[in-house]
Amino acid sequence: MSTELNLTLQIWRQDGPLDDGHFETYSAAGISEDMSFLEMLDIVNEGLIQDGKVPIEFDHDCREGICGTCSLMINGQAHGQEKATTTCQLHMRKFNDGETIVVEPFRARAFPVVRDLVVDRSAFDRIIEAGGYISVNTGAASDANLTPVPKEASDTSFDAAACIGCGACVAACPNSAAQLFTSAKLGHLNLIPQGQSQRFERTESMVETMESFFGSCTNHGECHEACPKEISLDFIAFMNRDYVKAKVKNRKLAGQT
Amino acid sequence: MAAPATNPPGSTPIFQRKRQLPFPLDIYQSSIGRKWVMALTGIGLLGFVIVHMIGNLHIYEGPVQLHEYAESLRSLGGGLLPRTLLLWVLRLGLAAMFVLHIHSAYSLKERSRKASDKANFVGGEKKYGSKRDYVAANYASRTMRWTGPIILLYLLFHLADLTWGWWLGADYVLGDPYHNVVASLSNLPVAIIYVVANVALVIHIFHGTWSLFQSLGINNPKYNELRRTLAKLIAGVILVGNLSFPVLVKVGLINDDNRICDVGDVACLEHEAEKH
Repeated sequence: MSTELNLTLQIWRQDGPLDDGHFETYSAAGISEDMSFLEMLDIVNEGLIQDGKVPIEFDHDCREGICGTCSLMINGQAHGQEKATTTCQLHMRKFNDGETIVVEPFRARAFPVVRDLVVDRSAFDRIIEAGGYISVNTGAASDANLTPVPKEASDTSFDAAACIGCGACVAACPNSAAQLFTSAKLGHLNLIPQGQSQRFERTESMVETMESFFGSCTNHGECHEACPKEISLDFIAFMNRDYVKAKVKNRKLAGQT
Repeated sequence: MAAPATNPPGSTPIFQRKRQLPFPLDIYQSSIGRKWVMALTGIGLLGFVIVHMIGNLHIYEGPVQLHEYAESLRSLGGGLLPRTLLLWVLRLGLAAMFVLHIHSAYSLKERSRKASDKANFVGGEKKYGSKRDYVAANYASRTMRWTGPIILLYLLFHLADLTWGWWLGADYVLGDPYHNVVASLSNLPVAIIYVVANVALVIHIFHGTWSLFQSLGINNPKYNELRRTLAKLIAGVILVGNLSFPVLVKVGLINDDNRICDVGDVACLEHEAEKH
């Protein structure tokens, strides 16, 4: 038997990118504690549609915590206060009956609001376009394990690759910096042999694209706490090291150690 | 996600280099490069703070020894270099580090402000309307932008007080730093300024010492924990050392009684120092 929650919601409503936007108060009654946060919003939206009102727009897709589409600043914390959890995986049992919940979009200058809680995170795509790939020709499929990869390197690379690109790091950062996202994408490719040939070119170009959209890191560590995948701050240090190396390196010496 | 009909703020970059400067100036164009400069100058300035504090401990040996220490700074390099030349090189280097440290900090703050600027739809400085609890950001890291200017103002005050002797007037004796320190710090408001400024300095150093490793990319999960310990240790040592001067002058443990040489008798101080 699950308990039911009656909640008050303060939700950010904004008609479009150029609208000023404002908070609106909604009540959500009879919410099951087994619902996810997004399912709770679905219930609120159904009520709004029945009343002939415009439903609240929010981003969502897989609803199993791996796609990075859902966002939301819940009570001032990206993806809510639950650690290592996306909004879609956040259960209503984490909230108390009668609580007022404030819901806002992820905010940064590079994340303009499209409508209500939906923000345009395409600045992340610009960073990926700048080098978040391996583009060397590899020929036909080779035998498995032909390229030796140390277990530790593949583990660390995989930790970085866990980044789902949701933007919680930028939203939580007082400087609106995207260091954690960019360093995760760089760490993912720069730690394994397959990424080495373009390592420094990639680092330079992704970092400089990041800096053209986002703020500068002051090492608070808020991003790591907000990250649903718990990406480590160590990747930021790794990126800082590789960036200065990339700047100092003479490309004509590439391949020489 | 449908593209908005009109260009929203933020779809355009906030910062674009007009041209790429030649190496190594191009490193300073990027935010990471500036953080790197901030960290390196931070190490230099931290080194100065530590050496300055250790040097000042000579005050516990007495007026003669403090005079001797001050004199040996002026004659650094011995007979090889003109008197005070090396001291001036060090001073100018220190001033250059200060300028770079402050410029990089200020310009990066401006970039971060721009990156959150048009996002402030709630109004004011706040990014979000709801009450925000910082999870990881500590008091030191959030107040770097306040402790920094406090330290700069204090530095100017400190120079005017004990290097130029602006308000000690006739009481200021060039060549008798022991007396100058006692004369200045026995004034309660001045002692309070020294205490407050040094607490700000220590808070600044606490975050800076931890943060500089991150900025320079000197990072290893094996010793990451030690970075916090190191920051606490350095901040603690500086706190105890620097606060001991105003406190002990005020308490009366450092005073002008029982001196071998009279106040202002620099010739006597030099003569006594010769005996060592």
